[in-house]
Amino acid sequence: MSPLNWQVVLPEIWLLLAACAVLLVDVFNDHPERRPTFWLTQAAIAVFALLQLQGYMAGTTAYGMQGMVVVDPMGRLLAFFAALSVMATLAYARPTLAARDMQKGEFYTLTLFVLLGISVMCSANNFLVVYLGLELMSLSLYALTALRRDHAISTEAAMKYFVLGAMASGFLLYGLSMMYGATGSLEIPRVFDRIATGSINKEVLVFGVVFVVAGLAFKLGAAPFHMWVPDVYQGAPTAVTLLIGGAPKFAAFAITIRLLVEGMLGLAIDWQQMFIVLAVASLAIGNLAAIAQTNLKRMLAYSTISQMGFIVLGLSAGVVSGNTLSAGNAYSSSMFYLVAYVLTTLGTFGLIMFLSRQGFESEEINDFAGLSRRSPWLAGVMTVFMFSLAGVPPMVGFFAKLAVIQALVTTNVPLYIGLAVVAVLFSLIGAFYYLRVVKVMWFDEPTQTAPVWQTQGVTLLLVANGAAVFLFGPFSGGIMAMCRDAIVAALSS
Amino acid sequence: MGLLSLAIWLPVFFGALLLAVGRDQHAGVARAVALVGAVASFLVTLPLITRFDTTTAAMQYVEKFSWIERFNVNYHLGVDGLSVWFVPLTAFITVIVVIAAWEVIQERVAQYLGAFLILSGLMIGVFCALDGMLFYVFFEATLIPMYIIIGVWGGPKRVYAAFKFFLYTFAGSLLMLVALVYLYFKSGGSFDILTWHRLPLPLGAQTLLFFAFFAAFSVKVPMWPVHTWLPDAHVEAPTGGSVVLAAIMLKLGAYGFLRFSMPIAPDAAREFDWLIITLSLVAVLYIGLVALVQQDMKKLVAYSSIAHMGFVTLGFFMFNQLGVVGGIAQMISHGFVSGAMFLCIGVLYDRMHSRDIASYGGVANTMPRFAAFAVLFAMANCGLPGTAGFVGEWMVILGAVEYNFFIALLAATTLIFGAAYTLWMVKRVYFGDVANDNVRALQDINGREFLMLAVLAAAVLWMGLYPKPFTDVMNVSVSELLQHVARPKLN
Repeated sequence: MSPLNWQVVLPEIWLLLAACAVLLVDVFNDHPERRPTFWLTQAAIAVFALLQLQGYMAGTTAYGMQGMVVVDPMGRLLAFFAALSVMATLAYARPTLAARDMQKGEFYTLTLFVLLGISVMCSANNFLVVYLGLELMSLSLYALTALRRDHAISTEAAMKYFVLGAMASGFLLYGLSMMYGATGSLEIPRVFDRIATGSINKEVLVFGVVFVVAGLAFKLGAAPFHMWVPDVYQGAPTAVTLLIGGAPKFAAFAITIRLLVEGMLGLAIDWQQMFIVLAVASLAIGNLAAIAQTNLKRMLAYSTISQMGFIVLGLSAGVVSGNTLSAGNAYSSSMFYLVAYVLTTLGTFGLIMFLSRQGFESEEINDFAGLSRRSPWLAGVMTVFMFSLAGVPPMVGFFAKLAVIQALVTTNVPLYIGLAVVAVLFSLIGAFYYLRVVKVMWFDEPTQTAPVWQTQGVTLLLVANGAAVFLFGPFSGGIMAMCRDAIVAALSS
Repeated sequence: MGLLSLAIWLPVFFGALLLAVGRDQHAGVARAVALVGAVASFLVTLPLITRFDTTTAAMQYVEKFSWIERFNVNYHLGVDGLSVWFVPLTAFITVIVVIAAWEVIQERVAQYLGAFLILSGLMIGVFCALDGMLFYVFFEATLIPMYIIIGVWGGPKRVYAAFKFFLYTFAGSLLMLVALVYLYFKSGGSFDILTWHRLPLPLGAQTLLFFAFFAAFSVKVPMWPVHTWLPDAHVEAPTGGSVVLAAIMLKLGAYGFLRFSMPIAPDAAREFDWLIITLSLVAVLYIGLVALVQQDMKKLVAYSSIAHMGFVTLGFFMFNQLGVVGGIAQMISHGFVSGAMFLCIGVLYDRMHSRDIASYGGVANTMPRFAAFAVLFAMANCGLPGTAGFVGEWMVILGAVEYNFFIALLAATTLIFGAAYTLWMVKRVYFGDVANDNVRALQDINGREFLMLAVLAAAVLWMGLYPKPFTDVMNVSVSELLQHVARPKLN
């Protein structure tokens, strides 16, 4: 193991330098629309994404910083997807931010730091690095949530997010310290080896795992650690909601794999049970609570909780009766689900932002009334998103659900087959509130006659996003294979 | 591109084209494009029948490409005697629907026609798919256009009806999804339906699979007691929506029994045949009585559809040649007849804006040409010999005699109900004195309406007088299916 392997952290270094550069450029630039800042940020992320993609293509696993970080195809791929979703987020956010006088330099710098934190988490190989990345991302997000200082709901959301987030970090840290105490190491591979020896007091380990799982569940937004999700999604400026709902999910998935699979697979029997409870609770609470919502952002927050239920469900099916044969299948299904979910979420919130105008938010479901008459294209795109979230073929959301159900059923364990049935029954409940959005757009008369605010670039991006959700369904083979290869590589290293 | 792919994707292409560029300002262009698309889509399905080899039960016009390698899902198409007739039938009904919408639909014309063309392609896909996942994708995707059609162009309670339609069918098919994935696992990673046919399964697994499929298909058929979405959907849907629902969509469920439930879980199917037979008899008896008391013409025809589909499932689960062939023939004839019945109601509704039987009376006096067609279709609906409705019912009853005399007796008795509710409606709507001034002011059908009804009337008479081309195609495939079902495949 080479002591420092600077190459390994090249993308992160690039991102750090770029963040500083963006900050400086913004200080010396008084362009009202912040055009140079925006394009510089996008270019920096594009280069970062290319670096990650190039690393993914190489397909190798390497360690750096004296084993503190690892780069493998899974980390690279997740960081790459995160970078793409941040780019899309910025593109969707710009017109809205500009219209609200919120387009400040710190938005871009903080966003770059969020991405940096995500990237660090994706390549963490040490408990402390996991925590470092997590805090880097979370603190930036807390600040971003409070970006609208004069807005009471935003500030409240930021406070909630911060307090609960800090507590979750505390949980995670406490769990990790228990693991450290039991195994005597902070390095994930060594923790794995120590647990495998079987000579360590099981009670201490399980005690630690409980706290780690609680911390992770908070970051994923799985019930019963979901309390922050609706308030933050609703309260944060939509641009920030999109940032919270998109890229960080990749990071949460990455550290879940790193900590629980690469570090604590020996304890899978214990954490899988917790995951099953989390999954069923998320599916139930998310889907049932979403029915009652009238605010679209809040409804989507509950929908996120239920979607996370599916991801957690996939993660819980890795080790079956002590056998890890199905692990690759199960985890890669979850990963594909995550990609499909983020792709759809980006478009949904992008559309919400697109429809809002100066002094007018389109956050209520009823604001979409008769959209099909005002703009058939946008209504069509939103319809695709809603059917995808509901899991109706041929949208990508269906194939994601298929992947997870397939992972559950092929375990051939009655418990998991039963869970698959539970999951599909909850998606039936879920279909109702997604259909309601479609109903409002297509069946109701418009309440506003104002033409939709036209921004050529964003319209194109939205249509492209809709096309991606539509076409990545039938043509999902490539992404599914990428996810599987990445997970298999991560498992074998 | 193979014939089947063409039959599926040509209407989808035209539909997408209409959705993408159609505007209400150019409604005429949209109608013309839709008609060209529908007729072209129908024409490409004709060679399927003329070149069909009736001597083999093997799949014909097979196309197979790898689709999603990760799960070994193939783009696998093919038809046999069980399914081949439904391809042209679907395309034919779509042509009729486009003609029926011509002047009637004035708002969002392109979207309306586009949705029907896409729906047509998707439904043809259901009949042609030989890969379980491909089947499921088509089966579910049909919900989206139908949901929109009912919700946008429907009647006053359209929102309720659209939700009910979607959620009922979605509930059934989600359980089928788990069943498909389970079969995928049991067959060692294959979604091929023909592989599943050969897969030995213990009775317990077969039973679970049978009921999972039953959940999906019984809702779609619909069988009593999960039929309640159908009257709502039919009443609220625009005329075209009702026609497609009754003529084609219900057949997707019945076809599912033939393609999935019976051959994949034959032992469970034989074990639980009493259940299906009982539910079918309830459908024909009880629903027949329910139809009798309806005030709304569309509701009456909707309940009559449920009763007729009861004959179809009854025929299937007799497990004899006459019953199954009769069931399929009934599916086809019901496609023509129920479609025509809904079109007739549509013709009246366009003029009077009422579906209440009570608002009519003596229509035959003011619309003689129309009444002639309407009475013909009503006769076909009662199963008068010489019309399409007779063929299937007669064969099913013969099959039932072979199976159990009392079931046959019950089923045959119910034909009286069928005649009663249909003829009573005909009497109240068309015959007698002119009831009111509105009826007196009615204009007889124009050339467009005459065309669509005449084409359907020709089809109804053709199938009634000379059903050989229909049944010949089925015989070999059905006997193969029955031999397969008779063979236990427990392991």
